[in-house]
Amino acid sequence: MSLLSMTRLRGGYGGADILNGIDLRVEAGEIVVVVGPNGAGKSTAMKAVFGLVDIREGRLVFDGVDITRLRSDRLARLGISYVPQESNVFASMTVHENLEMGAFIRRDDFSGQLARVYDIFPPLKEKRASRAGSLSGGQRQMVAIARALMLEPRLLLLDEPTAGLSPAFTELIFEKIVEINAGGTSILMVEQNAKQALGLAHRGYVLTLGANRYEDTGANLLANREVAEMFLGG
Amino acid sequence: MVLEIIQLTVYGIVLGSIISLGAIGLSLLYGILRFAHFAHGDVMTVGAYLALAGVTGLGLPIWAASALAVGGGVGLAVLIDQTLYRRLRRTAPVILLIASVGIALILRSLVQFVWGPDTQVYTQELQMPVRLLGIRLKPTQLQIVAGAVILVVILHLFLTRTRTGKAMRAMADNPELARIVGIDTELVVVWTWVIGAALAVAAGIFLGMDTRLQPTMGWHILLPVFAAAILGGIGKPYGAIVGGMVVGIASELSTMVFPPVYKPAVAFALMVVMLLVRPTGLFGAPR
Repeated sequence: MSLLSMTRLRGGYGGADILNGIDLRVEAGEIVVVVGPNGAGKSTAMKAVFGLVDIREGRLVFDGVDITRLRSDRLARLGISYVPQESNVFASMTVHENLEMGAFIRRDDFSGQLARVYDIFPPLKEKRASRAGSLSGGQRQMVAIARALMLEPRLLLLDEPTAGLSPAFTELIFEKIVEINAGGTSILMVEQNAKQALGLAHRGYVLTLGANRYEDTGANLLANREVAEMFLGG
Repeated sequence: MVLEIIQLTVYGIVLGSIISLGAIGLSLLYGILRFAHFAHGDVMTVGAYLALAGVTGLGLPIWAASALAVGGGVGLAVLIDQTLYRRLRRTAPVILLIASVGIALILRSLVQFVWGPDTQVYTQELQMPVRLLGIRLKPTQLQIVAGAVILVVILHLFLTRTRTGKAMRAMADNPELARIVGIDTELVVVWTWVIGAALAVAAGIFLGMDTRLQPTMGWHILLPVFAAAILGGIGKPYGAIVGGMVVGIASELSTMVFPPVYKPAVAFALMVVMLLVRPTGLFGAPR
């Protein structure tokens, strides 16, 4: 059984459908990358998993539980964390408070996870008392991912985690994603840096116009000439 | 001359304490609900009169009457929110705003209906001003400033140390992300009303202690309260405290030049200048 399976999903934000029957799955332990041109519905597909899209048709199942119509806070409790692409930190709050907010629904002692998250992102430990809004873009992205990890999610949803980052930070964020995955968290990620992202993915999907175009292992997609010409800049 | 400036500044701090308490609530409500609550001044009025009922009706000391009034004012605010505002939250912001103007009129009329239109006082006792280095200060004025400081400290501890307080700041900062991390946003809204109304009731009682009680007292101070909230950058409770002090002190100092009836005009002028020069407030990022 897949950890997450999306079956023939249709829906959008109330107007015309953006998702036109997407099929997608994430197996436990995988990094799955979704690429495609602008307007292909990549981010919408991810938001749909987290209950932020009006789903008209189709089904979402997480670890055997039907989550098609569940609210975000219920999904968080089931073990799904979501990092939006933009305004993904509480800018006026400190790094430490951002992480506490990430653990908001936890009623148990989360100091162990806090220490682990600081271990993954050492720069955040130094900046723990700084306001998140005062950090650089790359550090802010670290805060956003660290916040999502506070729930010890089984599935981490990342919406373009390297958008707007320098090559050095992009590299660093990808390294951290592999590290987080090695720790047992499955990852579903939308990325613009398709080449790099597919390079570290177990499997990938190419979407166009809200539907599947290609689906294969990351390596095979990278080797596919059509995909390369369309999306990877030749 | 110098003594007069100092004297007026002291009065300004007293007035500023009252305005600040109102402005904090207004600012918090705006930050959480994106809603300019026009009935906030009249919540102050209701609070002041509830305390009066405790003092004259039940013969309670003012502090006990105040505690009762805070309870009553908070209950009323939450009731209004849950029965009226809550249903209107998904409509256009202007509808919510007009609804709050309606609530303001209803509250003021209720106060006038129950307690009458005449001015009233908490105590007929004559207040002997204390003299400190040539500055006159009534004991009630000291109590007002001390009370405001205590309330602000409690608010600060609530916002920075408690789970609910942090959730409130998180929601004011980024409502979408607050929902994503699983914060119960409706519960935060209720808490915002509890805090906002409690501070408004305190401000109303302090205003009644400083001057007299009148059914229009809250409506008349609403403009300076709004000016303070905007000066501090609406949505920022800490800014509202500074804004309240600036408005209070500027209003009192203006009486050296203009007749006292123009005090609200001074607050309004400050607000307009601020909106023209720096619409995000004293501490906001310049646009």
